[in-house]
Amino acid sequence: MSAALKPEPTTKGAVPFLVVPKDGAAPYLAGSKCGKCGEVVAGTRLTCGKCGARAGMAHVKLGSTGTLYNFTVVYRNFPGVPVPFISAIVDVDGGGTLKGNLLGVEPDPAKIRFDLPVNIVIRPVPQKDKDGNSYLAYFFEPRA
Amino acid sequence: MSNDVYVVGTDMIKFGRFPERSVPELGAQAALMALDDCGLTIQDCQAVYSGNLFEASGGVGQRILREIGQTGVPVVNVANACATGATAFREGWMAIKAGVYDIVLCVGSEQMGSGLLGGGGGSKGIPTEGLLGSGTMPSVFAHVGLEHTRQYGTTFEQFAKVSVKNHHHSTLNPKAMYQKETPLEEVMGAEMISYPNTKLMCSVNVDGSAAAVLCSEKKAKELGLMGRAVKVRASALTSDPYTPRNIAMMDFNAVTRLAAKTAYEMAGLGPDEVDLIELHDCFATAELVHYENLGLCKDGEAGQLIDTGATSLGGRIPVNVSGGLLSKGHPLGATGIANIYEITTHLRGEAGNRQVDGARIGLTHVVGAGSACAVHILEKA
Ligand SMILES: [Zn+2]
Repeated sequence: MSAALKPEPTTKGAVPFLVVPKDGAAPYLAGSKCGKCGEVVAGTRLTCGKCGARAGMAHVKLGSTGTLYNFTVVYRNFPGVPVPFISAIVDVDGGGTLKGNLLGVEPDPAKIRFDLPVNIVIRPVPQKDKDGNSYLAYFFEPRA
Repeated sequence: MSNDVYVVGTDMIKFGRFPERSVPELGAQAALMALDDCGLTIQDCQAVYSGNLFEASGGVGQRILREIGQTGVPVVNVANACATGATAFREGWMAIKAGVYDIVLCVGSEQMGSGLLGGGGGSKGIPTEGLLGSGTMPSVFAHVGLEHTRQYGTTFEQFAKVSVKNHHHSTLNPKAMYQKETPLEEVMGAEMISYPNTKLMCSVNVDGSAAAVLCSEKKAKELGLMGRAVKVRASALTSDPYTPRNIAMMDFNAVTRLAAKTAYEMAGLGPDEVDLIELHDCFATAELVHYENLGLCKDGEAGQLIDTGATSLGGRIPVNVSGGLLSKGHPLGATGIANIYEITTHLRGEAGNRQVDGARIGLTHVVGAGSACAVHILEKA
């Protein structure tokens, strides 16, 4: 196959629900909202996991702030994964829960507090895939 | 005549590392031991239920029969995360319960290799481990533990005590991978993998197999097997019910509570009537939350329960006297049936140095990422 047929590298979300609009608009985290019970979850769903209703799952943007529900400090991981880092569970304001890396806090269990208010930020990451595509990921940072 | 189902034969191989052997060889060994335990042969079995996770597409049950006798009976291969072995056992139980068969063989086997489980990401895009939190099992169960800390203030030391206890128990179990005391300082001072789980608070990757022969009451009586038979009082299997965070943070609590409730109702008894428990201590943090999930104490009291020694051999409700996954080892597909073997051995009064005195009713529990949970309640006939 000639190189000319290869698609141009683009910028993608590290997970399917991190949406990078083609028209250049700001990237965002996508969620689904149940038309019956109002439950909001990250990502897309055929029907509502909570109530099972087929009233329709509306595409919504998740909030950009939240609170730290839970964490762990990871000291040992697969080769090539830099440690230590904070794996965090964040309840998003307006609905949904995310797992991600908490930045801007020392990775020391004694220095991390539950319910820390955070901003959810979307940034480029250094990793590229084998086709040269660039990626965006989301991170949590303490809210001042 | 009732259609109660009995474990008439069961055994497990000593867990260890057997890289030179195949999974079907391991499974066949446990199957023959379980058949010998009740004096039956594969010719007596009307169906085989085989649990194995890592070679799930490989027809492990049929390959076991090539080792022990190809009788042409139906073989069902089961994969259901860490509940794989227990699910195979339950399928066999259901077939007899339904009146389809009188004698079936259930076998679980696994070869684990070494290293971290979980994490990663698919073949698309870039690996997300360490970029979007952690999906490794030590981290997933660290989250489970710290949620308990968040709610009730449970400490690193209390989690570590689980590991001290289970490693101590394993010194009494010749079939455990390790027979080695691990004092508290050693557990807490071991390499931190994912806070609060140190290396000695993570289950041991081992190869292993276990098997059980299940029989209808009518047939067990006909064959004169009731003397050492153990009744399956309840069998429950659940998937994770919806909870708001369970996409980001696997919920091992709701799935276990649902299985426990179902099993207690089916058995017509409560946690107070259970004499010993083998539960899923894949990490030290997990054992504490399951004390509450299985109703051994009130919510928020699991830390005190380990502090008082109630769950040690000789205590009010001994948990994981086999050494548990933390020290006996955790061959995923075999674990659920190995738990059945352990409880059955106690109910028969044949557990030697680790015997729970007067054990009459025992409970087994496994829960796998995904999530799947199986709870069985057994009673000496
Ligand atoms: Zn709904």
